[in-house]
Amino acid sequence: VSHSHDLDDPGLRAAALEALLVEKGLISTDAIDAVVEHYERDLGPRHGARVVARAWTDPDYRTRLLADGTAAVAELGIGGVELNTLVAVENTPEVHNMVVCTLCSCYPWPLLGLPPKWYKDPAYRARAVAEPRAVLREFGLELPQETAIRVWDSTSEVRYLVVPMRPDGTEGATEGELAALVTRDSMVGTGLPAAPAGVLT
Amino acid sequence: MSADAVGPLDGDRATALPRSNGELVFETPWQSRVFGAAVALQRRGALDFEEFRAELIEEIQAWQRSHHPADEGWAYYERWQAALERVLARRGLVATTDLEARAAALARAWSHDH
Repeated sequence: VSHSHDLDDPGLRAAALEALLVEKGLISTDAIDAVVEHYERDLGPRHGARVVARAWTDPDYRTRLLADGTAAVAELGIGGVELNTLVAVENTPEVHNMVVCTLCSCYPWPLLGLPPKWYKDPAYRARAVAEPRAVLREFGLELPQETAIRVWDSTSEVRYLVVPMRPDGTEGATEGELAALVTRDSMVGTGLPAAPAGVLT
Repeated sequence: MSADAVGPLDGDRATALPRSNGELVFETPWQSRVFGAAVALQRRGALDFEEFRAELIEEIQAWQRSHHPADEGWAYYERWQAALERVLARRGLVATTDLEARAAALARAWSHDH
């Protein structure tokens, strides 16, 4: 039995492309390895969580973050060309913020890592704008009717970070304990931070 | 873009929303390679990310024009791969014919006769 690979097999095209790029000296296999390792291992939502926890505990930092997100995260050593301009938007009892990229999948990589699958799906990208409240309900997030939902559409120039509301019952928590409560989804606006241990919501 | 044309996010379809924070960054190894190739090219100045993103948007829009949003054939990194191929071809860095010849050669090498 002979089974051939379809030339449209994306794995085949990816392997062919990498082989040619390496042969032409445009990049090395090691350079690709380094990028992949960085994104798989070093980046992730914990960087964003540090920023949020700092904003919750340091009112001056919060003010700076909301005024100039790019500069405020740079204070914590986060940034680079892959972040572009960062705008931090704060949730309040009156306004809940939610982030989408309707055209492709722009996302604050250095703060949150690579986006989850649903963020890139056509259904989320279309419906987040058209019916955000219904989408949030599917994430298990039922907001009070009086809370307005503001949807931010990312672009190549501007990325958004949602600063969720600090959970009740965390008055004595340290910055590190708070960071552990900040979920990825709460920083995209499709979730809330985790409740602290021992607090029933 | 009308909301009625859009399928549900929920249910047991491919578009159902994974809600945990623990999912894999890449679903298959080739996705990580083609992602890494684009970023590595950008880092060494061989790829303009704005140009790439414009191509990616065009690829995604073209796919969406011809498919239902809940179509299970949706594969983000296939669009990424196609966009990268097009930019590299336009820039004269990797010709489409070379890429396809190499893919065909790899297909022969990967196929096995019993």
